[in-house]
Amino acid sequence: MKALSQKRRHPLAAIALLLMGLLVTGGLYAVATTVNQAKADTTTFSASDAQEGGKLFAANCATCHGMGASGTKDGPSLVGVGAAAVDFQVGTGRMPMQMNGPQAQAKPRQFNDQQTQQLAAYVASLGAGPSIPDASLLDEKGDAAKGGELFRTNCAMCHNAAAAGGALTRGKFAPPLAGVSGQHIYEAMATGPQNMPVFNDANISPEGKRDIITFLKTIEANGSPGGADLGALGPVSEGLFVWVAGLGVIIAFTIWLTSRTS
Amino acid sequence: MSASSTAEVPFVPETKVGRITDFVDERVGGSGILREFGRKVFPDHWSFMFGEVALYSFVILLMSGTFLTFFFDPSMAETHYAGSYTPLTNVEMSVAYNSSLNISFDIRGGLFFRQVHHWAALLFVASLGVHMLRVFFTGAFRKPREMNWVVGGVLLILAMAEGFTGYSLPDDLLSGNGLRIIDGVIKSIPVIGTYISFFLFGGEFPGTAIIGRLYVLHILLVPAMILLMIVIHLFMVVVHKHTQYPGPGRNDGNVVGYPLGPVYAAKAGGFFFIVFGVVALMAAMFTINPIWNYGPYDPSPVSAGTQPDWYIGFVDGALRLMPGVVNDFHFEYIIFGHVLTLNVLLPALVPAGIIFTVLFMYPWIERWITKDNREHHVLDRPRNAPTRTAIGVAGFTWYCVMWAAAGSDLIATHFHVALNDVTYWLRTLFFIGPILAFMVTKRVALALQRKDREIALHGRETGRIVRLPHGEFIEVHAPLDDYKHYKLVGFESPSPLPAEPNEHGVVTPKEKRRAALSKWFFEDRVAPATPAELEAAHGHGHHEAIESGEEHKSLSH
Repeated sequence: MKALSQKRRHPLAAIALLLMGLLVTGGLYAVATTVNQAKADTTTFSASDAQEGGKLFAANCATCHGMGASGTKDGPSLVGVGAAAVDFQVGTGRMPMQMNGPQAQAKPRQFNDQQTQQLAAYVASLGAGPSIPDASLLDEKGDAAKGGELFRTNCAMCHNAAAAGGALTRGKFAPPLAGVSGQHIYEAMATGPQNMPVFNDANISPEGKRDIITFLKTIEANGSPGGADLGALGPVSEGLFVWVAGLGVIIAFTIWLTSRTS
Repeated sequence: MSASSTAEVPFVPETKVGRITDFVDERVGGSGILREFGRKVFPDHWSFMFGEVALYSFVILLMSGTFLTFFFDPSMAETHYAGSYTPLTNVEMSVAYNSSLNISFDIRGGLFFRQVHHWAALLFVASLGVHMLRVFFTGAFRKPREMNWVVGGVLLILAMAEGFTGYSLPDDLLSGNGLRIIDGVIKSIPVIGTYISFFLFGGEFPGTAIIGRLYVLHILLVPAMILLMIVIHLFMVVVHKHTQYPGPGRNDGNVVGYPLGPVYAAKAGGFFFIVFGVVALMAAMFTINPIWNYGPYDPSPVSAGTQPDWYIGFVDGALRLMPGVVNDFHFEYIIFGHVLTLNVLLPALVPAGIIFTVLFMYPWIERWITKDNREHHVLDRPRNAPTRTAIGVAGFTWYCVMWAAAGSDLIATHFHVALNDVTYWLRTLFFIGPILAFMVTKRVALALQRKDREIALHGRETGRIVRLPHGEFIEVHAPLDDYKHYKLVGFESPSPLPAEPNEHGVVTPKEKRRAALSKWFFEDRVAPATPAELEAAHGHGHHEAIESGEEHKSLSH
């Protein structure tokens, strides 16, 4: 200990400290990122899938994303986005994008399951990225209560506590989540489409994602115990309802009560 | 059964019931009270019934609220949920939230009563608001009812306080976020803000005391004050008697309508059950405040779509409209180590302060401008007081802009527009909306007066086109019956009151300001058709004569 304290005034001490700091940060970062590294399992895709996907890509996507998905000024590079991103974007109809705007809108999808899979295989073959989740994570048999806590902490500020959606800045928005398949919900969390942040496996574990999906599917299946939910939009729709319907009916009654048969 | 005969010959009831009734009456004097009240006359108009709706909603609130107190536990101690709503199983939460969930899911009829209570609360404040609008626009706040107007304003504030304290009780995420905003507003008050906040919450937000304290306010103090104010309000209604709309035979010295008993009492009693029925139907069919969706309160998560109940919405909207920074100008200062956060303080307190100050002062403002110190029991039709109506609509528009801003995120998502644009538009409307509303309303009121004048002079258009022998086509105008006619001509139309010298013969600057305001108030006016004009218009009965006679009156067109 004494030797160390004597050397702390050494001219090279600062450099050594800096080096040590960098090594520790870099090392931690390397460990952390490998945790997040999704297994690029191209195993489920055959070589012909990727080949067919490449053709579909060149015909439908390359205009914006560039040949080889290397990106142009109109669209980002897709190298390393993984199969999950393709399955989400193409599977929900967001890609190919109908028009430029604050964010890609969901619409009836343009490719069937097989074509989507081929596109995913092609993009996955370009570089490692999040893969399509295993069916065991989508069985909706997780802990709904735990999923609810995770949802309220991580998702509700944009998607609303009842998953009814909400507004973001400048025309962007978080969509309602009712009717979205568990697979797409998982992929959205893993890849962070549009303006959504990425919730990688270090942030929310695959089991946590499974719980969130379970929670969302549970509240969707439960419906609204108290009667019609008025869009689950909170006090605004309740206020609108009491002013329009509640007071409207009561005014009709007041007119009836005070009318005279003349 | 005359009163005079009982004085001489003692009245002896024959039946058993009669004897009991007589015994009670001799000691309580019930028949006298009934005779007095049973003969009170109330004019009949649908717009007079909103106060009743508010009263009945309050009765419903008392009854449903009592039921809820049997099962609600306002403790903020921590517990783990073990009730039947599985998406929250074993989640850590406060006892208050736990008991709210138990009321919703595990107590028979609990959810229904919770929803009755909450819908009735929304209806209570809404009917109060509509009642006040009716009173304002018809000029019912004028002498002798100025103080009752103030009592009504106090009731509105108490209703908002009662609503907000109730909204906070379940201790769910939504209400906790609301409390957090209130805490922020309180802390933005210079110097004393943090002290008030620490006093209110018993330490740093959220603490472990606030729910219990709000509960006491919600079920004890505030309802007691509301009840007291209602008693004063109704007492003054009895003393002043009810106002009435203008009509034949109605003047400031009488009240034309139905006596309370028996028909009106039956109608009013029945109306209670109608209001109860409407509230019960809403509660049975429509969810309100689904607390299970929001989860327990925790200061870290904030859900999208977090709003207060509608009556606090305008304050929340004003907060949303306030910019944090305008170009390089920012609203936060540090003065002697104290942070002054104007971008919270201004929007939270100033608009509400202006609205309530003007609301309370308005009867005196108008009285000062018009120098009208007479008693008024006959109401104004809103069009016949164009400037007052315009002021009211301007104020209401201002309120509505802030109110709409509380739902800016939902406007953005549901109309597919950008949230920022909604905010920019509403900020613009915040300033020009009231001005536009004032101008448009005043013109509409004057136009309606012109239309009334036109109809009074020339009768109503029948839509029957007649061809005269020489080829001219005319539309036949039918004269109105006397009742409708009276409504169109029987109103006051004051002209501007010029500045008058005081007893020393001096025209004070204040008097000059008053005169200027009086000019602003009354200079645009459409006078009611005078008897002479009516005589001229009707006497000839000939259409050409009417047309030519009218050219002198530039006012009619």
